[in-house]
Order: sequence, then structure tokens, then C-alpha cells
Amino acid sequence: MQKNMQIQVNGASQTLPENASLADLVALLELTGKRIAIEVNAEIVPRSQHSSTLLQADDQVEIVHAIGGG
Amino acid sequence: MTHSMNNNDLLTIAGKSYRSRLLVGTGKYKDLAETRLAIEASGAEIVTVAVRRTNIGQNPDEPNLLDVITPDKYTILPNTAGCYTAEDAVRTCRLARELLGGHNLVKLEVLGDQKTLYPDMEETLKAMKTLISDGFDVMVYCNDDPIAAKKLEDMGACAIMPLGSLIGSGLGILNPHNIRIIMESANIPVLVDAGVGTASDAAIAMEMGCEAVLMNTAIAAAKDPVLMASAMRKAIEAGREAYLAGRMPRKKYASASSPMNGLID
Repeated sequence: MQKNMQIQVNGASQTLPENASLADLVALLELTGKRIAIEVNAEIVPRSQHSSTLLQADDQVEIVHAIGGG
Repeated sequence: MTHSMNNNDLLTIAGKSYRSRLLVGTGKYKDLAETRLAIEASGAEIVTVAVRRTNIGQNPDEPNLLDVITPDKYTILPNTAGCYTAEDAVRTCRLARELLGGHNLVKLEVLGDQKTLYPDMEETLKAMKTLISDGFDVMVYCNDDPIAAKKLEDMGACAIMPLGSLIGSGLGILNPHNIRIIMESANIPVLVDAGVGTASDAAIAMEMGCEAVLMNTAIAAAKDPVLMASAMRKAIEAGREAYLAGRMPRKKYASASSPMNGLID
């Protein structure tokens, strides 16, 4: 049976299957192809490494995008 | 078109040249449609954006700002608004670079408190050092202190952007003398960033010899933002032409414009 793990995404709990990649998380959140940037545990993970980056329980993920500002 | 607004009068920042000397923000608009219309009317080529957490699970199909203000059409200038420490500002710039696919131009602003949004120069200088060693091209929001401005230039800033008055205050340029002193010694573009309230403020900045003006609230908080964007475009152009033309000397007494000879008896 597939086991799950908990991570934090933008400060909120998120349940993911164990061994999920960052790309899996992005797909789950329906953000694939969007203009975003992601940090895992305060380190930027370049877009090219989203598929190869596996998430661990309790990882802190930050997902940001551009909004209006001056 | 006269020679003063010829195509050779360009603003150059970090090696790239621009025809427009008006830089605009994208905050405080009613919606993305208004944002787009106002920015088009402003004629701006450099447009600032902020970097914030994506709302998870809310309207995944909601249009993104960068789908409306696209990086292929505009030079996107990500800011560090809302950052109160050098560390947060550097982190935001790195995220912005990833977000924009390796783009190095950023607007650094490290703020001191929420009431004034006044720049914290100690933290700004600290962030500046890290950003420069990290390969960023940094346009810096700063106070109108000529010494701080000189330090930022010496550290490698690509533009110095002293405030005219507090962010979002619309009070205009409160200390033009300091801005003049900063411009006199600077070898990089000096822009007025923050404080412009209406078109005449923008024209004054340009008449003083500023290379450009960055504004957001003056346009976004006008009753008709699109019309104000157009007014700002004209004010910037008029101010620039007046600066290049060179104003007449101020005189204490009248000097007749019409000749004295040939008057009828």
C-alpha cells in the first residue's frame, strides 16, 4: 500500500505520497507550466531539477509567483 | 518631431537601451485589464512586479500578471518590496531570477518601517554587497542622502533611485537640492522613485536632469488611471525635452518679448 507523508507548502500542511518529486507536487497543485519559482528548505530548486528532486517528510516548500507591485 | 526627442536620446540601464524614461509599477490596480491598459498608455518599457507566495488551491486558471505584462514585450523589474532585512531581500531576488528564467535585473528596496516605508540604508548596503557578488544588476531604492548614493554606486549599482517623498504619499519631490547633489556626482542613471503625485511632479524630476522616473500609485490611484498614465508619459517627455533644451535664466524684472521700435504714436 502506498504510504503518505506530510510536507509544508507555503506554510500549510500538504499530504503527498512518499517518494513524490517536486514535479509531482507542482502537478498536484495544478501549477505545471505556470510562471513560478520554488524553494525547498530555503534553497531554490531550478525548474530543470523539479522532476529529479524527491521530497522528504517535513520539507518546507515555498512557491512564489509575480504579482502587482511598485 | 524636433531633434530634441530624436531616437538617440535613450535611457541605458545595465547595458540595455530604452526609449521611454517612465518606469511603472503594477500594484494597486483594479484588475489585470486595467493594469494592462494603464501600462500601455504610459509607454513604459520597464515594469516592476512583486514576488509573493502563490495561493495554493485557489483559482488555478486565474490569469497571471506575467501573462498580461509579458517578459518578451517588457523588461520585468522584480522588486523586494515588503523586505525589512538584507537576507529577505536577497532571497526574494534569487527567487525572482529563477521565476524569470535567469534574468539578473532587480530593484532592491529594504524598508525600515511600515509607517514610512523609508529605506533602511544599512540593510540596503548589506544586501547590495551580496547581490553584486551574486551577479545581479541592481537598481537601488534609497534615501536622498548623497553619501549613501555614492556608496551604492561604488559598490556597483546600475541605477540609483532616491525617493522624491515617501512611497505612495504623492507629495512630490521634497528635497530637490539633495537629488541635484546626487546627480552631480553620479556616473550612473539617477531616477526618482516614489513620491510623484501628479504630472507636474514627474516633469520637475525630468527638468532637473533625472534620467527617468519610477512611479506606481500616482497612476494606479488616480480616478482614471489610464488617462493619468497618458499624462505621465507626456510629462516625462516634456520634462526631458525642457531639460535638453535648457531653460531660460530667471530674471528679477520684466523683459519685453515684443520689440520697442515701430510703436504707433
